[in-house]
Amino acid sequence: MITAGIDMGAKHIKVVILKDGEVIGKSKISTGFDQGASARKGLDEAGSQAGIELSAIEHITATGAGRKSVPEKNSEVTEVGAGAVGTIRLIPEARTVVDVGAEEGRGIKIDGAGKVIDFAVNEKCAAGAGSFAESMSRALEMTVREFGEISLKSEKTIPMNAQCTVFAESEVVSLLHAQTPKPDIARAVCDAIASRITSMVRRVGIEQKVALIGGVSHNIGFVSSLKRALNCEVIIPEDPDYVGALGAAIIAGERKTNG
Amino acid sequence: MIANYGYTDGSGEYYIAINTDDCLECPQHLCVNACPKNIIEIIEDDYDDLVAAVKDESRKALKYICADCKPSSERPPLPCVSACPNGSLSHTW
Repeated sequence: MITAGIDMGAKHIKVVILKDGEVIGKSKISTGFDQGASARKGLDEAGSQAGIELSAIEHITATGAGRKSVPEKNSEVTEVGAGAVGTIRLIPEARTVVDVGAEEGRGIKIDGAGKVIDFAVNEKCAAGAGSFAESMSRALEMTVREFGEISLKSEKTIPMNAQCTVFAESEVVSLLHAQTPKPDIARAVCDAIASRITSMVRRVGIEQKVALIGGVSHNIGFVSSLKRALNCEVIIPEDPDYVGALGAAIIAGERKTNG
Repeated sequence: MIANYGYTDGSGEYYIAINTDDCLECPQHLCVNACPKNIIEIIEDDYDDLVAAVKDESRKALKYICADCKPSSERPPLPCVSACPNGSLSHTW
């Protein structure tokens, strides 16, 4: 059986195609303005990597903020449900999932079967999401990757008080004018994001082991800050940004089987 | 499952928490009509259960939408919370 999961994120669309439960194709493209067209392009790219026609896919499940904009979908699942199922497939011992995307952060408590027990989503605060790190790295004139790496060189904790990205950026500018070294500023930003995420995750309760998924998992500075803030080890699966799409593809298989 | 809908901002945490396992056992869904701002709806969740949820468009403004039900003094019981026979709905602020 061939199924697909498509995660319509705020910044990127991720597609995973499964054949009898094994990944045979995946793709990641920018979401862009026309979400329906981008979804089709993402499915085409993943299909071409898998060496199949789209018509061969028996069930497509969409997730993510733009999941309603996928014309090819057969069903939908929330980001929370897809993230839980995808995580338990990759990290069976995970009981808390921290999912940080471009515009939202989520804390999810799950059981051994990947069923959601408790979840919290911060739907408003961009200072607890990836776009904040991106905008701050621009203020420091570096890429997000450099931003994450340079933050690891700092051993200084500078609290950032602003909750809003706009005010936080002006705080960063003030630190630059005060000739604060860039590594210290980068760490302050990573610590601020981690602190927002941690307070949300504490709402659902932290149970070991903790898995981190979503595109922001690639930012090593944030990962380090999150480990400090949670005071525990954090497991990151391979391809953490595809976990939601993987979960959606697994759910597509279950729904096809169960009719 | 406990679903927390809302957000944290500079002024505090604004979440409406719904225990969907308890919510399931209430076929009347009295909370939907009890809310004067009409922010609660019944959705089919990821497990095909019909449960109460905060409407998408209201989740980013709960502090302001719910303000009328929360005067600073002599606060009456919240209509949504008191309407729920199973006590499955609560506010964090």
